[in-house]
Amino acid sequence: MENKLDGNAAAGMLQAIFPFEMTLVQVTCAGCGTTNLLGATAAYMHGMGTIVRCPVCDTALIRVAQVKGRYFLDMRGVGVLQISAEA
Amino acid sequence: MERRTLPGRLTWQRGEVVATEQETARAKSITLALPTWMGHRAGQHVDVRLTAEDGYQAERSYSIASPPEEQPRVTLTVERLDDGEVSPYLTDELRIGDKLELRGPIGGYFVWEARLGGPLLLVAGGSGIVPLMAMLRHRAAVGSTIPTRLLYSSRSYADIIYREELEHLDEADQMLEVVQTLTRVQPPGWTGYHRRIDTDMLREVAWPSDQHPLMYICGPTPFVETAAASLVTLGHEPARIKTERFGPTGEA
Repeated sequence: MENKLDGNAAAGMLQAIFPFEMTLVQVTCAGCGTTNLLGATAAYMHGMGTIVRCPVCDTALIRVAQVKGRYFLDMRGVGVLQISAEA
Repeated sequence: MERRTLPGRLTWQRGEVVATEQETARAKSITLALPTWMGHRAGQHVDVRLTAEDGYQAERSYSIASPPEEQPRVTLTVERLDDGEVSPYLTDELRIGDKLELRGPIGGYFVWEARLGGPLLLVAGGSGIVPLMAMLRHRAAVGSTIPTRLLYSSRSYADIIYREELEHLDEADQMLEVVQTLTRVQPPGWTGYHRRIDTDMLREVAWPSDQHPLMYICGPTPFVETAAASLVTLGHEPARIKTERFGPTGEA
């Protein structure tokens, strides 16, 4: 089963990797160039892991999985990730 | 760089169940005492992790229903999904005194606190009420008079989560208006709406767009998309509409 949620649902795993408030991170899509808050993206979660997609063009921005104590993070869909170091 | 201003990487912590309350036939509130809780903001959620004896783990996200003012106690309200891996354990098996593993708080996007102002429009579908209830409880706890309207869609009267508390808040607070719609079954004498949320309903309930309300929508994905599109149609600024999609995740 796969369910379309939003980037808020993927934030827990991302925030276990990055020491920042991840839903407010701005992500620029490598596909269409638009910039969105991670919390406003689309997230598809299933047993294999989570895919965060661009809400405009559906490009896979971030794919993340945790397997046997190791995170696998594929971010080839991200042009730029802007992280606030203050919030 | 001021390291202490950073939230830091989230780690798992264990809490003890100190209270439970059956809210509806399918929804249950679970209150945890969390000794290392860092505090949260209304609208945030946690990830809960269950570990089976063979080491198999399953994680799900649940919204926090309690306001920040009640920390270090945190209440989650969980809706039972019959084919779920995690929710039937939480609603049927978990007992007072049991330990539960979670990480959080998560999310800085779908949050409201009184200093953000209003007027405030909250739109809930089903168990999407949970993070919005944290906002209403926070608003009440700090004595805020920010004009607030809640439009809450449930299938039937018996499915309304927090029904009595919402009635009480609505009666006690002149600045709060709670509007219910029941989409499938209505009790005799029901005076609320009896259909799914649509543009006409939001036109009647939402603030006029020239009042620039802050809007929060939480529910299943189609519900959220319908409500958000209707608000944009009514002239509201997309940047003031925050959404959280709510639904089953993971392998069924």
